Parts: sequence; structure tokens; C-alpha cells
Amino acid sequence: MILVSCPWCGPRNSSEFRYVGESKGRPDPNAATPEEWRRYLYVKSNPADWATETWYHRAGCRRFFAVERHTVTNEIRETRRPAAQLRLEGGGS
Amino acid sequence: MADQPSGTGHPAGNAPAPNAPAPNAPAPKPTVRANGSSGKARYPAKYSALSLFTHGLRGRDWPRMWRRHEMRPSYDVVIIGAGVHGLATAYYLAANWGVTNVAVLDKGYLGGGGSGRNTAIVRANYLTPEGVRFYDRSVKLYENLAADLNFNVMYSQRGHLTLAHNDSSLRTMRWRAEVNKLEGVDSEVIGPDEIKELVPYMDTSENTRYPILGALYHPPGGIIRHDAVNWGYARGADIRGVHIHQETEVVGIDVEAGKVTGVQTSRGRIATPVVVNCTAGWASLISDMAGVKMPIITHPLQAAVTEPVKVFLNAVVVSGTLHVYVSQTDRGELVFGASTDPYASYSTRGSLEFTEELAGHILELMPSISKMRVLRQWAGLCDITPDFSPIMGVTPVEGFLADVGWGTYGFKAGPVAGESMAELIATGVTPELIASFDLARFAEGRLVGEKGAAAVGH
Repeated sequence: MILVSCPWCGPRNSSEFRYVGESKGRPDPNAATPEEWRRYLYVKSNPADWATETWYHRAGCRRFFAVERHTVTNEIRETRRPAAQLRLEGGGS
Repeated sequence: MADQPSGTGHPAGNAPAPNAPAPNAPAPKPTVRANGSSGKARYPAKYSALSLFTHGLRGRDWPRMWRRHEMRPSYDVVIIGAGVHGLATAYYLAANWGVTNVAVLDKGYLGGGGSGRNTAIVRANYLTPEGVRFYDRSVKLYENLAADLNFNVMYSQRGHLTLAHNDSSLRTMRWRAEVNKLEGVDSEVIGPDEIKELVPYMDTSENTRYPILGALYHPPGGIIRHDAVNWGYARGADIRGVHIHQETEVVGIDVEAGKVTGVQTSRGRIATPVVVNCTAGWASLISDMAGVKMPIITHPLQAAVTEPVKVFLNAVVVSGTLHVYVSQTDRGELVFGASTDPYASYSTRGSLEFTEELAGHILELMPSISKMRVLRQWAGLCDITPDFSPIMGVTPVEGFLADVGWGTYGFKAGPVAGESMAELIATGVTPELIASFDLARFAEGRLVGEKGAAAVGH
């Protein structure tokens, strides 16, 4: 069990949330080749290090937000509201 | 594979292969029999009843089962990961194909990863024809493993029950049973009365929150002693000349012009034309070293064991709806497993949340064990792929082979994975049995959806 601090609701048990996965930019569905699209769907960086992830507060405000978590220690150093920029420019890896 | 040119350097084929077996090694020869035994053992039967008796009289220590070696500057094949997959690959390379200039590297100790942390369940009742054929071969190899390795692996085929608590899972069980029968695997759907006969302590009444409607019964399924499997393969490989290097961490893989040339380790560089990634948990990080991206997310999977009691549970019981599976070891302990932790992580810490949920769920199935105490819990790392099937075979880097992505089902596939990977390395041709588990399937849209046969929901 880890404590996740929702940017809207404050610190809660991780069981209230759904781990969505690593944050990564979605390619344009109209322009992407099948190969690019499948890489976007399946290939993750899966680091043993700090990772930027998306979590969803399903038993709370039901909003998505960004989490900076170390995947070896499960330490969370930052949670923040998603920046609109992140989606447009495809932040993360 | 039967028309291999004998005694030549390069084995034929279109895939990477070791440039040559060791000069003094015999030419590749498929000596494997239908039952998976590699023919006559070339070492004395050290663990016979007679040797146990005479050894007991003499009171001398048994010799070590595997040796420590100086690291050679080069090997024909370097296998990363001394778990059941890596050791089985090394064993079958040496036993079936005469390739003995092989090193198995592990950053920790032998069998200390997933191979020593799983719940030791062996079964073949999968969902896809590819999966059923593959795991059935593994069950066959396990059946003969004790004789083949001359090592008691304590395989107990006590039957495997996958419970259905609702109509949709009952439908999946029927589907699996039909696929299994078609592939010649013994599975059938049985009702609550028959379940009660097999497992008298199970609450099969209709008054529970999740009443049991039926189960997929798979008689060949069972449990095994996982450490013995690792040790047996290690011993068999060591006797045949394979070098096992423990506490040797791989820190880099040398790739030149799209070809593997060597491995950088914490004990120096090894030159080799073939590297096999047999790791679990760190599979994607090792692949990154060779520049191969793997569609893998690593999740911890926890397990727990209770104090030993008199044997009362004679089958492996799995409930996907209740996220729990349980078996009783020959020592009398109940071994539990459940779903993977809900977020990706490399942490192997246990959580109270896990024990709490596990206890609640198991008591719904067997209320009478409420006084039993959990002795310990642990976690292992599972490399989950998008379709819950493994990734085996060649990669875009020549000489870098993958045997990864084993998720929550890696241990039961150890022997067949080792046998198939050894054949691929020795002949350069991907065996039919693993052809559909290649890395290219993700780019080409040929997924082998096996989630429906995962033990529990993940």
C-alpha cells in the first residue's frame, strides 16, 4: 500500500486509484503508421527509476493526474494536475 | 533439424546461432526422445537408493552439485539469468545438442528470482491452441524430469481446479475444455457436486456471495518443488561442462553493426556471438542494453504461506473471480497466490493490503481454515506483456535472443522454453512450438491472447 496525494483531494490510499500507466504522447491517429501506433500501444520504457505516470482517482474526484514515482522504492516525489501541454506536445517518453 | 550438416562450424539457418560449438564438442545431434529425456545419462546415478544408503553409512558429505569456475574470456553462448529458464536452456543445449561452451550469468544467486518465488503450479489448460500445445509439452517434460535429471523434483499431479462463479467464466471454462480436448490435453468442466468430492472442505453451497457454478478440472495439473527443478537443471548443466557464474551482473551488451559481440559484466568482458536474455523482472532493462525495446511492464506478484497442517487439500484450487489460488505442499503448508500488485514496480516488499484481501477471499472458499496462521509472504517480479503470452526467439539484433515476458506463468514453462531455446540456438531455426510467440507479433498484429487463461484477473 502506498499513499498517493491527489492534487484535488489530498493524500489517499493507493487502492482508491487506478494506475493508468506511463505518461506518453499519443501520435496523431490519422497520420501515424500502423507501426508507430502499435509502438504507442505496446512499448513502454518500464524504467527501474523515476517515472512520470498517469493515475486516476476512481474512488474520489474521478480525475486524471500526473505522478512522479520511483518504481524501485515506490516513493512519490510529486503529484500534479495534468498540463494541457503534456497531451499536445507528447511529454514523457 | 535432422539434416544438420555434421561437424561443420556454422549451423544452418536464417537466425543467429553460435559460430561454432566448442572444437572438441560433438556435432549437434538431436538426441531428444519423445518424452523429453535426453537419452542415456552420461554421468553416474549419484542419487540412487543404494548410494543414499551407502553414503549414510559412510557419513561423508555429498559433493557440491555445481562448481565455481574462472570466467573464460569467451563463450559460444552466454545466458543471462540463472533461473529455471536460463538453466534449462543451458542444460538442453549441452544434453540435446552437445553445445557445452556456455556460460550462465546471474547477478544474484541461482534460482533466486521468479524461479524461487513462484507458487510451483504446473498445468497445461490454456485457452489458445498455441498456448495449450506449448504448456502441454512442458507438463510432459516435467513428468519425466526427475528421471532425466536424476534429481527428485517432487512433481505431484494432483489435479487442478479453476472455479467458475458466474456464467461468463463458466463459458470460458467450457471454451478452454474444448480447446484442451482438441489438443489432447485432459480437461473437463465439472459441477459443484464433483468439486465437493475432490475438495471436501470447499464451501459449494448456494448461499455464498459468489456461489460456485462449476470448475474446469485438469487432472494432469499439480505442484512441484521449484528449488529442486532449478538445482537439478544446474547440476545437469554443470556436469556437462556449462559454467554457472553467480553474483556476476551484466552491465552492458556489446552490439556492433547489428550483431552481438560480447557482454560486459561486473567481472569483466566476455566475448560471445550469442546472448540469451532469460531474465524475469529485469527483462526489459537487459533488452534495453542491446537496444531492443520490449513491450513489457513489470508488476510485483505476492504470495504467502501458512503454518503446516495435516494434509486435507488434494488439488490445486484457483478462483479468478476471488483472485486467489491455493495448494497444499507435501509438508502441509498452504501456499497462496493472488493478483499482481495494481501498479508497475520493481519493489518486492509485501503489503498488508494483500494479506487482508487474500484472507478474506480464501475464507469465502474454505471457511473452516479461519484459524490458520500465515507464516510469511513475499513478492516476485512479473514481466507482463500486452497479450499475456511470452516473447521468445530472435530479435532485430543478430545474436540477441529473447526468452522473456513470462508474466505470472514462467515457472511452469521452464523446461519447454529451455528445450525450444536450445534448439533455436543450436540449429538457427525457430521451432514450430514457439514460432507464434515472436517479438514481431506486436508490430504485425498477431497477438496470442492468453489473458482468459491467466490464473486470476490481473
